[in-house]
Amino acid sequence: MSSFWNIWVWVLTLGSLVGCFLLLRWCLKNFAGVEEGESMGHSFDGIEELNNPLPKWWSTFFLLTIIWAFGYIAMYGLGAWTGLLGWKSSNQGILNLAESKAKTLEYLNKDSGVLVQYDREIAQADAKYGPIFEAYAARSIEDLATDAEALKVGQRLFIQNCSQCHGSDARGTTGFPNLADKDWLYGGTPEQIKETIMHGRKAVGMMAWAGAVGGEQGVKEVAAYVISLSGRSVNADLAKAGKAKFAICAGCHGSEGQGSLALGLPMGAPNLSDNTWLYGGSQRAIEESIRNGRAGVMPAWQNILGEEKVHVISAYVYSLSQD
Amino acid sequence: MQSNPQNKHEKVEKNVGLFFLFTVFAISIGGLVEITPLFFQKELSQPVDNLKPYTALQMEGRDIYIREGCSNCHSQMIRPFRAETERYGHYSVAGEHVWEHPFLWGSKRTGPDLARVGGRYSDDWHIAHLLDPRSVVPESNMPAFKWLAENQLNGEITGKKLETFNWLTRNRSHKDENGNAIPLYTQAEIDGAKDAVKGKTEMDALVAYLQSLGHALK
Repeated sequence: MSSFWNIWVWVLTLGSLVGCFLLLRWCLKNFAGVEEGESMGHSFDGIEELNNPLPKWWSTFFLLTIIWAFGYIAMYGLGAWTGLLGWKSSNQGILNLAESKAKTLEYLNKDSGVLVQYDREIAQADAKYGPIFEAYAARSIEDLATDAEALKVGQRLFIQNCSQCHGSDARGTTGFPNLADKDWLYGGTPEQIKETIMHGRKAVGMMAWAGAVGGEQGVKEVAAYVISLSGRSVNADLAKAGKAKFAICAGCHGSEGQGSLALGLPMGAPNLSDNTWLYGGSQRAIEESIRNGRAGVMPAWQNILGEEKVHVISAYVYSLSQD
Repeated sequence: MQSNPQNKHEKVEKNVGLFFLFTVFAISIGGLVEITPLFFQKELSQPVDNLKPYTALQMEGRDIYIREGCSNCHSQMIRPFRAETERYGHYSVAGEHVWEHPFLWGSKRTGPDLARVGGRYSDDWHIAHLLDPRSVVPESNMPAFKWLAENQLNGEITGKKLETFNWLTRNRSHKDENGNAIPLYTQAEIDGAKDAVKGKTEMDALVAYLQSLGHALK
């Protein structure tokens, strides 16, 4: 803060405090030229205004607030002066995260004379919860998945951060995978789950195939074949025609529609033969997928949650599909 | 009712203009002390290092966010409390908002804070959620915004919006190594704004805007 604005703040603040005091003092005097308790000469609808002094309790409290203000300024500062406590709520002037971390470290040091409320709060929480997460981080995901306490923590984090897409029971919804079954897009081993959460996933993306499969009729045929893969009954002629066109789908979904994971590829192309449907298993939904394409995205959480929390969430997710 | 020449207070009581002046004087002091100096503070006029201007599409999305009144229920201001930063990420700092006109901080959270919502959900999620919030969050009380997917952007004044923002932020843009201001948008970007939003729906724009939120502090 430049010295001009510093002086501005000081003069206006102290000036208004002194002004309030003088105003109070003036109002405590009998300036009306009328004896106390006598009529002011006003009468409204028969109600007379008397020259009564300010109530003592009121003027005392007014004075106390002025005194309180000086105490407050002494503790919390004014203008460029940070006060006896050196208190601030947060580090507002930072321009990047590195600066934020540097300031936090600088001010957590008691010799700095600055007390950042937020950093203090985080440091206290870290002292309490840090060792818990550290201990979890040192254990394997399989091991954590058998620890009831860790799973409770994992579930809390899951509900807060993951349930918006995957549901609070982790069973997903249309377009967002069910995590509680054994059907995986990118793999269900602990390492694969953690990798997915840490760095996110982006399906290679199914393009719109309506043109390539021969328009609406082609879409119907391929859909019929896809439905037949999981053993549901379909129009045999349609399915037969669809099978002939399925070759273009096999690049990602595999020749039997077994999905990219079965082929060992991280493309996110679902298994089409297991009657589990990411985007809906009705004929209409499947036709829609073929007609317009699909592309699921899982956001990356490493920078938002940090690895320690992702580790615990991974254990929770892993535990859901273990019997 | 006779007047009392000794009663000075009566002058204020009987002169509404004078009373108005005294009132304005009294209530202006708080603002003069707490607000005016902030206009001249570096930390309130310097963008954070990684602050990027909205693209033409994101700018249109921002205007839809304003039009639909999103800020009535969603704040864009993460306060420096652990309870907030655990959920939303690093608290908001002034330098992230220096190019905002108007600020969309909001003051009420019926829904969650959106200051760092960018990248937390997929585009598909946002679309599903805006079309039918309860399809993904069953307990949500957010209204559906079905018309967004149908309304096409015409882009007639998108370029003008970018130009306006160049002017609004002229004293607060990034500086090059010689200390010269770098305008938010080049002339080519302003000229190409209409084409940049061509064929896009309001849904595309709003999702692009939401995905852009909160990446500036790195």
